[in-house]
Amino acid sequence: MSITIDRIKKSFGKFQALNDVSLDIPEGKLTALLGPSGSGKTTLLRIIAGLESSDSGRVLFGGDDVSNLHVRDRNIGFVFQHYALFKHLTVAQNIAFGLESLPRRSRPSKQEINERVAKLLEMIQLPQLADRYPAQLSGGQKQRVALARALATKPRILLLDEPFGALDAKVRKDLRRWLRALHDEFHFTSIFVTHDQEEALELSDQVVVMSQGQVEQVNSPTGLYARPESRFVFDFLGHVNVLSGVVKGQSLVQGNARVALPGVVNNQEAQLYLRPHEVQLAKAPVAHARLPLRIEAISLIGSEVRIELAPEGWESNEIWEVGMSHGEFACHNPTRGELWYAIPAVGHLFAGDSAQPETVDWHSTAHASAANM
Amino acid sequence: MSVSAQAGAAPVRRFAGRSKRVLPGFGLSLGISLFFVSLVLLLPLTGLVVETSGMTWDQFVFTITDPRVIESYKVTLWTALAASLFNGLFGLLLAWVLVRYEFPGKRLIDAVVDLPFALPTAVAGITLATLFAQNGWYGQVLAKAGIEVAFTPLGIVVAMAFTSIPFVVRTVQPVLEELSPADEEAAVSLGASDSRVFRKVIFPSLWPALVTGIALSFTRSLGEFGAIIFIAGNTPYVSEVTSLMIFVRLQEYDYAAASAIASMVLLVSLVLLFAINLWQGRYLRRLEGR
Repeated sequence: MSITIDRIKKSFGKFQALNDVSLDIPEGKLTALLGPSGSGKTTLLRIIAGLESSDSGRVLFGGDDVSNLHVRDRNIGFVFQHYALFKHLTVAQNIAFGLESLPRRSRPSKQEINERVAKLLEMIQLPQLADRYPAQLSGGQKQRVALARALATKPRILLLDEPFGALDAKVRKDLRRWLRALHDEFHFTSIFVTHDQEEALELSDQVVVMSQGQVEQVNSPTGLYARPESRFVFDFLGHVNVLSGVVKGQSLVQGNARVALPGVVNNQEAQLYLRPHEVQLAKAPVAHARLPLRIEAISLIGSEVRIELAPEGWESNEIWEVGMSHGEFACHNPTRGELWYAIPAVGHLFAGDSAQPETVDWHSTAHASAANM
Repeated sequence: MSVSAQAGAAPVRRFAGRSKRVLPGFGLSLGISLFFVSLVLLLPLTGLVVETSGMTWDQFVFTITDPRVIESYKVTLWTALAASLFNGLFGLLLAWVLVRYEFPGKRLIDAVVDLPFALPTAVAGITLATLFAQNGWYGQVLAKAGIEVAFTPLGIVVAMAFTSIPFVVRTVQPVLEELSPADEEAAVSLGASDSRVFRKVIFPSLWPALVTGIALSFTRSLGEFGAIIFIAGNTPYVSEVTSLMIFVRLQEYDYAAASAIASMVLLVSLVLLFAINLWQGRYLRRLEGR
């Protein structure tokens, strides 16, 4: 069941929560709504669910307009951030709730309901907890029960509102993987809301980045990371190193720093965005870039060494970050306080007022100089 | 005093010794509280028992089983039950409206709920009697329908309900406010009808508080005096409440008999409150997963 969102607008008093949002959610895919708080992602999810009504616009499920359909008739499963389990019902009774709410003629027999519940308990790997009350469960277990409860009536669409937001890091990772596996097995159309970019990129087939009530960009996780289409997406997805300056003589210049930009119009302001993995460190500047930086901190934890650097003789609002493999680190042994030069391989240039970046590739030259290092 | 203070503190002290307690003033505040409780509650109750113990057992039984007194028990019990059940329904509705909806004058109504507590009960009684009298505003209308309220047991129900409605509203209201809207949304998203949401999701969270409210309303009604005597008519064997019987005995300077009857009211109230507390403690423990 695909979902189409057609020019949805919603405001709460003077606050414009959603401003003309249109979106296509493909069938059978796991889509993430990603954005900072206040970006309208939860409001959009609740409008899709029917828990909130839009001021204007339509919601279509598989081509049928459901805008005026009550939430209980939309046949969706909804998972809440804080589980919203019924605390006076046991786990099994919670899961059976949706089945027992069906109108009498379509309601399965007691026997069938019990079998369904047993199966769902198997699926969430908690059959031993059937008779417990929610207060006796851990956060991760609660969220699994909430998921089983939402899936009991076999909804066509599963909506999750920050499903892992209240869980600690370890449980969150486990549950994320488990949800992905579950989705791959059953292929319902799912949408989940998150403000965690890592979660969105890791879990979903498609990411919708939202900001201030609007959709900024829609793409696959890889596409989104490789080709951000706006400054906002750039800033929001992972760390980014920024050099802002003025273009002079085919170079972006600020203080001591200079990066060659062949073919760019002179005498305009511009910002160059560089991902940590798009930059390498060298002991000396190269022909196309001179970005002196002093090492501030080195973090060895993780699969990569993360080096934080402060600009030397020029300025940047945020600290620069460069990744380096442990092998390289052992070889060059950079230490805190040393002066190094950043060598960009690929960059993204926002020239003048343009909202869209232009990719700059120095790859061939950078390659040669990195080999010399 | 110090002995009882220590006895009360013992279970806590196992976990945190005096020196480890973070909040200061435990001993002092508990001591003052217990002293006050003794002074205003336990001591008078002891007086009641002492007064009663002046009687022989036969005298005691004779006093509390006097036919007129027995009849007053019956009247008091059924009117208190009727009043508290009515309050259960109406109080729940009132609390629901006050919590769930926004409307002009909401704060005013919220304040007015406490009026029966603030109003002297005699004033309430006189007002109700005037309103429900044959020529009163309500009495006229009801008389046409053939319903007589003033100077009948029905009048007792009205007076009891009026004076004890805040108990139900004020116990249910905070629980309603605490209910998470997500629970109801979850139920609706699972296809539950409005009535099913209320029966299966809202009411189970609500009813311990509602039962407490009704029980408080009931015990309060058992002892209500001021508001009732003006409207009840006080016909022996028909519309005399137990608290009036106590008053009658007092007027006859028969303190022993008065306290004997009073001890019966006390007994019923205490047993009921304890039973409710026990039951509720169990129910809530289950929800909290202990």
